[in-house]
Amino acid sequence: MSRSVRDVVLVDAVRTPFGRAGEKGIYAQTRADDLVVGAFHELLRRNPNLPTDRIDDVAVAATTQIGDQGLTLGRSAGILAGLPRTVPGQSVDRMCAGAMTAVTNLSAGIGFGAYDIAIAGGVEHMGRHPMGEGVDPNPRFVAERMVDPEALIMGKTAENLHDRFPHLTRARADEYALLSQSKTAKAYRDGVIQQDLAPIAVRSASQGWGLATVDEPPRPDTTLDGLSTLKTPFRAHGRVTAGNSAGLNDGATAAIVASEEIAREFDLAIKARLVSFAFAGVDPEVMGIGPVPSTIKALDKAGLSIKDIGLFEVNEAFAVQVLAFLDHFGIADDDPRVNPFGGAIAVGHPLASSGIRLMANLAKSFQLQPNVRYGLTTMCIGLGMGGTVIWENPNFSKAA
Amino acid sequence: MTSTNSLGLTAAPDEVVTAAHVRTCQVPAGTIALITLDNGLDYNKPNTFGVGGLTALSRALDEIDDLIRRGNIVGVAITGKPFVFAVGADLTGVPRLENVEQAHALAQLGHGVFRRLGEFTVPSFAFINGAALGGGLEVALHCTYRTISSAAYPVALPEVSLGLVPGWGGAYLLPRLIGAPDALSFIVQNPLRQNRMTSARAATDMGIADIRFDGGNFLVDSLRWASHVITGEITVNRRDVDTGDEWTTAIAAARGQLDAVMHGAAPAAYRAIDLIDAARNRTRDEGFAAEDDELAALIMSEEFRSGLYSFDLVQRRAKRPVGVPDKSLARGVSKIGIVGAGLMASQLALLFAQKTEVPIVLTDLDQERVDKGLAYVNGEIDALLGKGKLSNDKANRLRALVSGSVDLSTFADADVVIEAVFEDLAVKKQVFANVEAVVSDTCLLLTNTSSLSVTQMADSLAHPERVVGFHFFNPVAVMPLVEIARAAHTDDASLATAFALGRSLGKSCVLVNDRPGFVVNRLLTRFLGEVTAAFDEGTPFEIVEHALDPLGLPMPPFLLVQLVGPAIALHTSETLHAAFPDRFAVSANQQAIVGARINTLLAWDGPVSRLTDEVVSLITVGDDPSTAEHVRQRALDAVADEARIMLDEGVVAEPQDLDLCMLLGAGWPFHLGGITPYLDRSGTSERVNGKRFLPRGIASLPA
Repeated sequence: MSRSVRDVVLVDAVRTPFGRAGEKGIYAQTRADDLVVGAFHELLRRNPNLPTDRIDDVAVAATTQIGDQGLTLGRSAGILAGLPRTVPGQSVDRMCAGAMTAVTNLSAGIGFGAYDIAIAGGVEHMGRHPMGEGVDPNPRFVAERMVDPEALIMGKTAENLHDRFPHLTRARADEYALLSQSKTAKAYRDGVIQQDLAPIAVRSASQGWGLATVDEPPRPDTTLDGLSTLKTPFRAHGRVTAGNSAGLNDGATAAIVASEEIAREFDLAIKARLVSFAFAGVDPEVMGIGPVPSTIKALDKAGLSIKDIGLFEVNEAFAVQVLAFLDHFGIADDDPRVNPFGGAIAVGHPLASSGIRLMANLAKSFQLQPNVRYGLTTMCIGLGMGGTVIWENPNFSKAA
Repeated sequence: MTSTNSLGLTAAPDEVVTAAHVRTCQVPAGTIALITLDNGLDYNKPNTFGVGGLTALSRALDEIDDLIRRGNIVGVAITGKPFVFAVGADLTGVPRLENVEQAHALAQLGHGVFRRLGEFTVPSFAFINGAALGGGLEVALHCTYRTISSAAYPVALPEVSLGLVPGWGGAYLLPRLIGAPDALSFIVQNPLRQNRMTSARAATDMGIADIRFDGGNFLVDSLRWASHVITGEITVNRRDVDTGDEWTTAIAAARGQLDAVMHGAAPAAYRAIDLIDAARNRTRDEGFAAEDDELAALIMSEEFRSGLYSFDLVQRRAKRPVGVPDKSLARGVSKIGIVGAGLMASQLALLFAQKTEVPIVLTDLDQERVDKGLAYVNGEIDALLGKGKLSNDKANRLRALVSGSVDLSTFADADVVIEAVFEDLAVKKQVFANVEAVVSDTCLLLTNTSSLSVTQMADSLAHPERVVGFHFFNPVAVMPLVEIARAAHTDDASLATAFALGRSLGKSCVLVNDRPGFVVNRLLTRFLGEVTAAFDEGTPFEIVEHALDPLGLPMPPFLLVQLVGPAIALHTSETLHAAFPDRFAVSANQQAIVGARINTLLAWDGPVSRLTDEVVSLITVGDDPSTAEHVRQRALDAVADEARIMLDEGVVAEPQDLDLCMLLGAGWPFHLGGITPYLDRSGTSERVNGKRFLPRGIASLPA
């Protein structure tokens, strides 16, 4: 048989509003799988042309695949969302890059011809599943000094990154954090972020049913003064604070990917076209540097240079990790091409869900900026990895 | 906490109060105030409205009035806790209502609170997310619009089945919403058809709900829909209600149907029809006031108090039978043998296979009978498959479970063997002896006898302690009762196993002692014996057949005998006559009919029945006719007498068990309370026995 690689497009991407993890959070009494199902429902509602019986796979990511994040989420959430029984599903895990990996795995399958249409998703309910729940690290990691024990505590890896790049100071990190908050606040004022939020029914035994329609984590009143007084929980006199890192959050995301040919056949939206993707490993102790090698790899595969990239969606697990990335590529801390609607420091980072949030934002920017041809989404990943996906703007026109 | 409201009603101290939480939701149209009804317990304990719950909802509505006054709200919505909207009035407090003023106050309190949902300056929405019954559904009916979850079940206004009317707005609002024909079927006819419940789909088709959404995203979809309705993006189209001829015709038809069944026996259904009839011309205030009056009167009626008692027996006592050994003693059942392959045995095989899903073996004397039995079972499975009640895989599974043999040794590894052979003690003793020779020492032996002595049947066995009476009612798939009879030697483990099996069959089981005819057949036969005697003495058929109509029994006496089969009825009365010759007679006419092998007693001229000419030619009657009233009194006196004797003999523990058996085994109506509440309130108990069966207030109005 003859075979050719097919173009893969992002048809749509949505997410639930993100919540603060914990007893007072909006999702304190809402199940993780119900967040996924809520995102799926919104995705299906927004795309009435989608032939659900033509969905060839559903991949949903979660870092902690236990309880309501277990039971092969791609399959169970598909059934719960009312997808046809004929649609299969799977679970994916690459920690913070779970949803990103769900998208790239499915896209690879589409490119190969195994799938025509697929749904990717990610969820993390960090309130119901605190980081590290149920982990059982192999004792060889420590006994054979394979990995520093600090590498399992993300905040400590961020402090390690400050050590490696002494010029990336706490002050720069705080300034970056403030910028993320203010860009998010502006995006909310402009009504940009709300457009891709799936309203979620939430219930609390003491308050009854409610509706989550906006992100809970943003702190639009953040000031530099305020940030400068925050404690550094990971190291005495350290640099990493709750203000210059993403919080602990609950939320889910979902996206449709399809072969471009099929998307056109069914008149589905084309919001971004996949160019290349790459994952790379780094020392687990400085996992935040991961996006640098993964981006180099992805650019290389695409035959592009960093100068070709007009928009960057960089996950903000920690400000220092974004700064290390920008610093490496010679991009200013406040470059307007980077995270134009703010990032995880403001809206939150429910681990495995975040990859698709980056893609939703990039797709929105592609729509608003037809002059830009290429953009990328990238994120650092626990245990020392980075992931990068490069996308082409389908709205691109030289005239614009 | 005790709260007293302005009408002077006090919340019962043990009321599980359904809270009404208010939370605001942002939708594109603006802010909707959403009320959640939640009693704080899981779905097994659904939301109900007592005085405390109504007061809580009233406070929530105050809060919303305040929000509306401040101009912050574009709509109001109300929904339930997961899987439950609300299932109506909290009935536990009702027996405490002592006078019509209190009953009236409760009716008014409900209206006063619920009607506010329909009288805001902004539209209101009920999001029916789960079970919605009675007052729960009435809450929704007061709202301007309704959405319903596909998963919501059941949906119904069952008040009439208990002896009430939907008197918190339902009888006025529903017919005006969906028209009289459907409202009559929903409010009057469904409750009288074994309390038929409605699905979300049917409720939507009928126009009770404006739109149905899937359960998975129900609240989100409902809020979005409400937003569109508020902004005018969606217009809700309702059916045109014909308040003219269609209404009039439907009311007349409903009254006629009711008369044919109830003969005026209980008031609730009649009052419901009256309210529905008048709803078309009444204002809201008039309609609600009329409901208050009818509801108050019915709450203070004996029929309703008996209905409430019956409901409690069927809902609670039937599920927790009295005097039964602990279920932990029950032995496991992984194979069941059935002796006999006749119709009863085949029906049992099908029921056992469907409900227990363990292998079932039918045996009979020859292969031909076995094959006939199996053919019946497979035919029924095919029929279920054809109707879509079974999947192909499930049908295959059931077919594979039921096998037949002429060799009793196939029972060797059975845990239960039930005999369904001819009603003859010697035959049954022989069957059990043969079975005992092949089965284990602990294999439970059940007999489906309706009148023979279980103790005698077990007497000569090596292990008589494993023999239990297990008396089904015909048709076995439908009738909910099994009388489980403890014989002299029966041990606790065997009895516990029999009850566990009965429960797994989905039956309500009542423990009875091994006395002839157990409960239902003994009371029915005594009752019919008196009616038959009146006929034999020369009371005309038309008088006898309709003498009991004012009780509202499921069918008249001759029709019942025809349905049961004259031979079986005769056999039962002969057995009971042998045991209690003074009280149970054998009718010569009945013997003549059975002797002529006649099964059909009645011929029909339209709706009017008469004895067939063949029957008339066989019988001889006397010249001492009774009046209808006299026939009725004799029959009731006989039942009161027999019931008292049965309690004295210890056939069952309490009158409640007699009533439960009559409700479930004979289909006697809720408004009679089975039978002893009616015997008490009609003065029969006092006259016959010198005392009541139940103290006042248990199944009747308080003293």
